[in-house]
Amino acid sequence: MSHPEAVEVGDALPARTFPVTRADLVRYAGASGDFNVIHWNERVAREVGLPDVIAHGMLTMALVGRAVSEWARDPTAVSDFSVRFTRPVVVPDDEVGATLEVGGTVSAVDPEAGTARIDLVASSGGVTVLGRARATVRLPRP
Amino acid sequence: MPLDPAFVGRSYPAAGTYLVGREKVREFATAIGERHPYCHDVEAARAGGYADVVAPVTFAIAVSAQSLAEVFADRELGLDFSRVVHGDQSFAYARPLVAGDEIRVTTTIDSIRSVAGNEVLGLSTELVTVAGEAVCRTSATMVVRGPEAS
Repeated sequence: MSHPEAVEVGDALPARTFPVTRADLVRYAGASGDFNVIHWNERVAREVGLPDVIAHGMLTMALVGRAVSEWARDPTAVSDFSVRFTRPVVVPDDEVGATLEVGGTVSAVDPEAGTARIDLVASSGGVTVLGRARATVRLPRP
Repeated sequence: MPLDPAFVGRSYPAAGTYLVGREKVREFATAIGERHPYCHDVEAARAGGYADVVAPVTFAIAVSAQSLAEVFADRELGLDFSRVVHGDQSFAYARPLVAGDEIRVTTTIDSIRSVAGNEVLGLSTELVTVAGEAVCRTSATMVVRGPEAS
């Protein structure tokens, strides 16, 4: 585990686990304005060929973003952030919901710019849900 | 119906502006579990050098939605929204979005490609303040599943 004050290529971010329940999806829908039915209606989700209700991709991305910004201890530190959505996070209708596992590695450090690039991985139920997930973070001044 | 490549380069400005609201930032931050004081506490944000509470990095998608909706509503383009899947997403910030920012958004169609029976639409959205300051660029690909794809 690394600290953002003394970052080196290859450093790992602390592994994070985020629970995602149906209530979280409803709250995110309201906050984001994304009311796509597949994120709250199991009947419609199954009709379009999904196994169950799935999380908003943008909620998954937001949680991965938190893994980075909380490591940097500053929500304004992330200047660039990109992901590819490869598999849905399936959220069953129970108290537990889904679990999103997030990890990250420092893949580049630019001492002149004071930034680091973080390569991120995210999985749920043992299945990778994001590809090419990367963030550029402004590092705190030592 | 395949998407017409002639739409590449077409821009869709949102009709009005988007005013980043303090309570919307707090609501969004709460919804993603972001508890940093910059996102909730005006005094903390000001102490950090910001005029008001700061939006989490993915908040820009809610702003971009204003002009993305114009693309989805373009009947000439003819996107079948029920077949659209979010392929990828990126954000590039010049500075954080802060409550009180009044933003104009414009989405441009950057590319239309056919990949393995699916149509892939590349979109970019510029977030610029009403004073003309470029704050953020969001990019997305939307995959329109073809009739054979399940």
